[in-house]
Amino acid sequence: MERIIFGDNQFFAVNHISDEKSRAQSIKFKDDSAIIKTLDIAIASGINTFMCTTHDRIANICEIIRKDPEKYKDFKVYPCMPYAHKYANAVTELGIAGTLKQYVPGNFVTSLFKGGVAYLSKDFISIMELMIDAEMKMFTGINTPVIFLQNVITDLLLGLGMEDFLVGYAKYIRQKYNAEPGFITMNLPKLLNVLEKNGIYNPIICTSINKVNFRMSGGKDLYEKVLSEGRCRIIAMQVLGGGAIPAGEALEYVSNLPNVESILFGASSRQNIENTVETIHHYDKIKNEKLVMN
Amino acid sequence: MVKVALIGAGKMGLSHLSILGAHPNVEIVGVCDTSKLVVEVLERYSGYKCFPDYLKMVDESRPDAVFVSVPTKYHYPMVKELLNKGVHVFTEKPFCLNPEESSELAQLAKKTGVVNQVGYHNKFVGTFREVKRLITEGSIGEITHFQGEAHGPVVVKKKSETWRSDPNEGGGCLMDYASHVIDLINDIISPIDSCKGSMLKSIYSKNVDDSVYALVSTQSGPSGVISVNWSDDTYRKMSTSITIIGTEGKIVSDANELKVYFKGENLPENYSKGWNVKYVTDLTEEVNFYLRGEEYSAQIDYFINAVIGANDRNINTFDSAWKTDKSISLIKKQSIL
Repeated sequence: MERIIFGDNQFFAVNHISDEKSRAQSIKFKDDSAIIKTLDIAIASGINTFMCTTHDRIANICEIIRKDPEKYKDFKVYPCMPYAHKYANAVTELGIAGTLKQYVPGNFVTSLFKGGVAYLSKDFISIMELMIDAEMKMFTGINTPVIFLQNVITDLLLGLGMEDFLVGYAKYIRQKYNAEPGFITMNLPKLLNVLEKNGIYNPIICTSINKVNFRMSGGKDLYEKVLSEGRCRIIAMQVLGGGAIPAGEALEYVSNLPNVESILFGASSRQNIENTVETIHHYDKIKNEKLVMN
Repeated sequence: MVKVALIGAGKMGLSHLSILGAHPNVEIVGVCDTSKLVVEVLERYSGYKCFPDYLKMVDESRPDAVFVSVPTKYHYPMVKELLNKGVHVFTEKPFCLNPEESSELAQLAKKTGVVNQVGYHNKFVGTFREVKRLITEGSIGEITHFQGEAHGPVVVKKKSETWRSDPNEGGGCLMDYASHVIDLINDIISPIDSCKGSMLKSIYSKNVDDSVYALVSTQSGPSGVISVNWSDDTYRKMSTSITIIGTEGKIVSDANELKVYFKGENLPENYSKGWNVKYVTDLTEEVNFYLRGEEYSAQIDYFINAVIGANDRNINTFDSAWKTDKSISLIKKQSIL
């Protein structure tokens, strides 16, 4: 994985600290061309990986990328599925069974319901596989070397003790998409233990890591301990603590942590993108020089 | 270990179940749901013991506490049975269909002495907790006006009917959405005890209101406006906010950001004259397991701690939810006049 990965929250008005900023983003990125323009700035700054939710609008972005294979030949996309609000709204409206009927392709679910109570265990994993395929459709022909399960689903399954689905997800992503499965979580220590218990070693995990202990369940000290053990490949997200930490200070902290392979960030303006990339490179350089001297 | 059972594994129920499942002091002893599909998945993959009948579940699995997350109209009969069995109860909001039912349950809970809590999770949001602290300390002087708002994209087109679109089951924007705003005002300022005028408007729904506009006043005197609309698709998800104007300053807060303006020199600690901005990230305590917002985990931690006797068990009591149901009922009645 590359050291710096570009995220998509800013494109879809996801802002953890301000509804006002969120509205401003929603206005700025109303047109797909504005998203592409920002992605091109990121690429020009040396970032070639875009991590994005399987939001409907990403389908349009994929279309643009597919049409220009020369320009995007080194460009990688890390899909994160599912776009949870789509399903959450559907569950409110249709219930859980109704949502499955709506989003699982074909007549699979309908025939399941008609089949009565004796479902085979395999059937539920198959439903998940069909849903993965539905989410992945928009990425056909695009290089997606790592495919992530969104934190709300990873953590829901984690809390419910439904480890078979986490294992099934990893297996299917490898088999069908020849890609590495990734997990987004707000509960790194707990998830890592569960994955290892199920034979998934050195997994790719994207998780909140920042100086202010924001969304680091179990606490910063425990996270730092887990990182020092080098048991997983980490993408650090929410490194700015939702915007609560000055960028320089935040990036210095994350850059200096051991075993953080990549840093994920999102930004809207050219200045912010370029500054962030420069700052990460700056601290990486200092860290490497220190390592050489020692 | 606190033995917990859950009735209703829908959207909120599954969220509670996941947080409870990860809780170090909780053992899940039973789940009751009407969906065969949900029961099948929970039994097979989570290993929970599932029951088709909640009374049978309580008798057989002997929980210390039960979570109730079913459509509102079932809260009253179910919670009543549970209280009579002497178990601690956490129930979803809104509490009951009318304040008479809520009052009866609040009294029964007091009599039996069990822990009783309702899922108004905003009280566990860092920014709103800070607003309450500032108001309780009288830091913006005498309150002259407030505005409570909520907007979100729940019903944005004419669509199929669920219990949320049935007024007899507790559906509608007033019961489902505005209840959060009303409960916050009741808690932060004082209970809304009169309604001067209100409009409940349907936009896409056939049988229930999609927006609520009301002029209200509270027990302690301050009056204000409630403006709630769940058919606003310019919002990605529910956004709840409160503005409070006082003689010495003004507070504007949502679940993410708190802005406070102080006129004079008489200031609470860590605030200065003029505008102050604080973020929920500064005001939120870390939780042990995060699923979808610290407040959802925090309210469950609070309930479990109440069961083991580790706190004052005075947040989101049945009594406070009864007052909210009374305020809801006043707004509803005024709209019909």
